[in-house]
Amino acid sequence: MRITQGCFSFLPDLTDDQILTQVQYCLDNGWAVNLEFTDDPHPRNTFWEMWGLPMFDVHDAKGVLMELNACRKVYGDRYIRLSAFDSSHGWESVRISFIDNRPKNEEGFRLERTEAQSRVQRYATRAYATDRPEGKRYT
Amino acid sequence: MSEAGGATAAKINLAEEFAQSGVGPVLKQLDDELIGLAPVKRRIREVAALLLVARVRSKFGLASQPPTLHMSFTGNPGTGKTTVATRMAEILHRLGYIRRGHLVSVTRDDLVGQYIGHTAPKTKEVLKKAMGGVLFIDEAYYLYRQENERDYGQESIEILLQVMENNRDDLVVILAGYADKMDRFFRSNPGFRSRVAHHIDFPDYTDDDLLAIAGKMLGSLNTKLSDGAKQALAEYITLRRAQPLFANARSIRNALDRARLRQANRLFSAQDPELTLDALTTIEAEDIRQSRVFQQRENGA
Repeated sequence: MRITQGCFSFLPDLTDDQILTQVQYCLDNGWAVNLEFTDDPHPRNTFWEMWGLPMFDVHDAKGVLMELNACRKVYGDRYIRLSAFDSSHGWESVRISFIDNRPKNEEGFRLERTEAQSRVQRYATRAYATDRPEGKRYT
Repeated sequence: MSEAGGATAAKINLAEEFAQSGVGPVLKQLDDELIGLAPVKRRIREVAALLLVARVRSKFGLASQPPTLHMSFTGNPGTGKTTVATRMAEILHRLGYIRRGHLVSVTRDDLVGQYIGHTAPKTKEVLKKAMGGVLFIDEAYYLYRQENERDYGQESIEILLQVMENNRDDLVVILAGYADKMDRFFRSNPGFRSRVAHHIDFPDYTDDDLLAIAGKMLGSLNTKLSDGAKQALAEYITLRRAQPLFANARSIRNALDRARLRQANRLFSAQDPELTLDALTTIEAEDIRQSRVFQQRENGA
């Protein structure tokens, strides 16, 4: 099941050229671009690991792509997303975030039903990937 | 640049193309603001012409691989290497060779780390910053320490070489340093030598050049030299050149800074109640003649 979160996730995967254009837009606006990766695809997993520090003083998108490719080399089997943080007053938050890299097989989620007190049904979604320990989920 | 376009039917006006590129004003500014440096200016013109022709060629659909533009500036201290590098970034940007036109100026400290594994991320960080612009490595020969084969500089050099080769159209690397040391550096790093296409040598300024530079420097500070001071400065330049550690334009700038200091002190201690604007903006001969350089001559004689 294809994970859809962040911008452009209903579109086909962005090519490097398209990523460059997006990143350049972010840089031109003065946003700090940041790379994160994870192998826990659950939508409630907001704590992705950072790839290096946010890139505060990069002027050209090619520099960001260099880092993205370095990240892909190491964590090419995981989700990698790119986010841009706007530090200007009044915003001070993430302005854009999109996935640049996905595992080859996205296994999707299982629906889990649990019986709570008085036979109340509780539901949970759990990624098949998280059955395996971290680092071995998409190998 | 009177070459006609390549295709038979279509004609292209190179002069028009040149005007459109907006590089003319930059080159003219270079001519006006930088005194002397004839071989440097000639080389920059050549590079500009090459890029312009390459651009026209690509308009005709002719194959034109982007030329390698990594450069090495060699010359004595104070001959304007950094100044020209800044201009270079602007020229290359106008010609569309680099995308952003910013200059990232670094030395060994910024590239080489202090412990194992520190160098690569540091160098990559700098390269990332320089993408789309010009990376200016001042005193590049310090990157390579011959006497210490475990020096981390080597690691930095390898990363640089790799990026210079693979990202040729993303950034331009300019290496700068004193001629003899750079020579040694290139000899021990043949990889660098072959990847750097343009070796530009910055000649020393003549005494007249330096005098003209002094005039320019003072002009930007709304200050001028009296006739006597001009004479004194000319003598100063001749004397200073004979002394060790002469750094061309930089020495002149320092001398002028000290002269302004003395001028201020002179005006202050005179306590003239009717100070004219002219007195305030003029450096007199005595301000320059008080310099250590003149005293040493007297002591020596």
